[in-house]
Amino acid sequence: MVQLIFVHPDGSQTEVDALEGQSVMKAAVANDVDGIVGECGGAMMCATCHCYIDEAWADRTGPREDGEEDMLEGAASEVTEHSRLSCQIKLTPELDGLVIHLPEEQL
Amino acid sequence: MSQPGVIIVGAGQGGLQAAISLRQEGYAGSVTLIGAEPGLPYQRPPLSKAYLTEGNADALVLRPESFFSTKDITYLPGTRVEAINRAARQVVLPGGARLDYDQLILATGTRNLRPSIQGLGRALDLRTLADARRLREVLASPRRVAVIGGGFIGLEFAAAARKLGHEVAVIEAEDRLMSRVVSPLMSDHFKALHEGWGTELHLGQPAAAVDAIGVTLPDGHHVSAATVLLAAGVCPNTELAEDAGLAIENGIRTDDRLRSSDPSIYALGDCASFPDPRSGRQVRLESVQAATDHARLIAAQIAKGADAAYAAVPWFWSDQADRKLQIAGLAGPEATETMIEDGIVARLDAAGVAALETVNNAGAHMRARRLLAGGGPVTLETMRAAVLKTAVCI
Repeated sequence: MVQLIFVHPDGSQTEVDALEGQSVMKAAVANDVDGIVGECGGAMMCATCHCYIDEAWADRTGPREDGEEDMLEGAASEVTEHSRLSCQIKLTPELDGLVIHLPEEQL
Repeated sequence: MSQPGVIIVGAGQGGLQAAISLRQEGYAGSVTLIGAEPGLPYQRPPLSKAYLTEGNADALVLRPESFFSTKDITYLPGTRVEAINRAARQVVLPGGARLDYDQLILATGTRNLRPSIQGLGRALDLRTLADARRLREVLASPRRVAVIGGGFIGLEFAAAARKLGHEVAVIEAEDRLMSRVVSPLMSDHFKALHEGWGTELHLGQPAAAVDAIGVTLPDGHHVSAATVLLAAGVCPNTELAEDAGLAIENGIRTDDRLRSSDPSIYALGDCASFPDPRSGRQVRLESVQAATDHARLIAAQIAKGADAAYAAVPWFWSDQADRKLQIAGLAGPEATETMIEDGIVARLDAAGVAALETVNNAGAHMRARRLLAGGGPVTLETMRAAVLKTAVCI
């Protein structure tokens, strides 16, 4: 199990027990975390799983994948240096406790 | 089930999205989701892509079982609705049980088109998870595979089968690949790719007969194959709607609010024909995007009385080996084509750019989507400047 902490725009938090190997998007959707849509199912087609990785974790989630930057252009909320598509972040034991900030909107 | 509420017939991605969105929008009535297939609702697009090579069925499940109880959604899998009684506002289940509804959402999807080809019973389908499981078993040992149909599904399958080391032949009745959905330039682009990957293509050749050792073409040529896949398109499941007397026009006909000819009955996704916001033409789209955007619009109407016409820009994708084909917008049959640069094709009609096709170019795709969502006509020059990120001289 890898624990994830989603922080909503209003500051409230949802904690989720995710599976190693799962993507952050899948873990969010499977646990019905409001704020991650993941419409295309992880095919990098929709930018509706946009999230901001907490600064303290930025170096552990790695760089953006090929094409991810381009898809982020279509994100509904502001894109910052911490923006990622959560479908492209695969969970490893090192990410236990990962803090993910959710955007205002995805659609 | 004393209080009527919303009944959704069809538990694919669109039907499930309608249930999810109803609760997200604060709908407090009962929500019943009825699916013909067993198991939990799952994603279909990966069945012809990653699932074939990786085989991870758990990754396809859209929501866990606990979701339905948490959200107070009654989910009835393995249940094929037998009839709609519009006068009584009821759906009839196998065995005669009746469920009342205030609003009914039809999300019945499509099924494989079965052209009249002799011996077609020998061919396998690729539509459901059960179909994909069977195909994976078949593909466990090296073989020659023939695919009837050179559309998205057939070509995605062909690329995956080549990756797994099989010999593959694609048989397409039209004289070019994906003729219904992409421009001739893009068809040529993918023809060259598939030939380069070692797939044998037979274009302009409808399959004439399937037998134990392959497929016979109209010119008498025999394509040898141990396994034959049928991927020659789909037809919408409209029988329930038709029997209930709803208007049908290449799908369940809806207005721009996705209402059928009975205002208490909506239709969404692959089974619905609705007015294309840009052209006004009645269209039926086979895509996750249309299914989920339809679902959200319908849910907002039912839950909050929202009253907005459907206006989403269509988008499509197809993963074939390492190439991702992306289409923003929707071109009609009369559209012409212009290559903006290698791998970027614009489709044009009298009102300007109708669609943009790109290969492995997510940036151009997303910029095109944004531009087309702006509402007004888009000129070729504006589109070219946007996708190439060059300055426009006005």
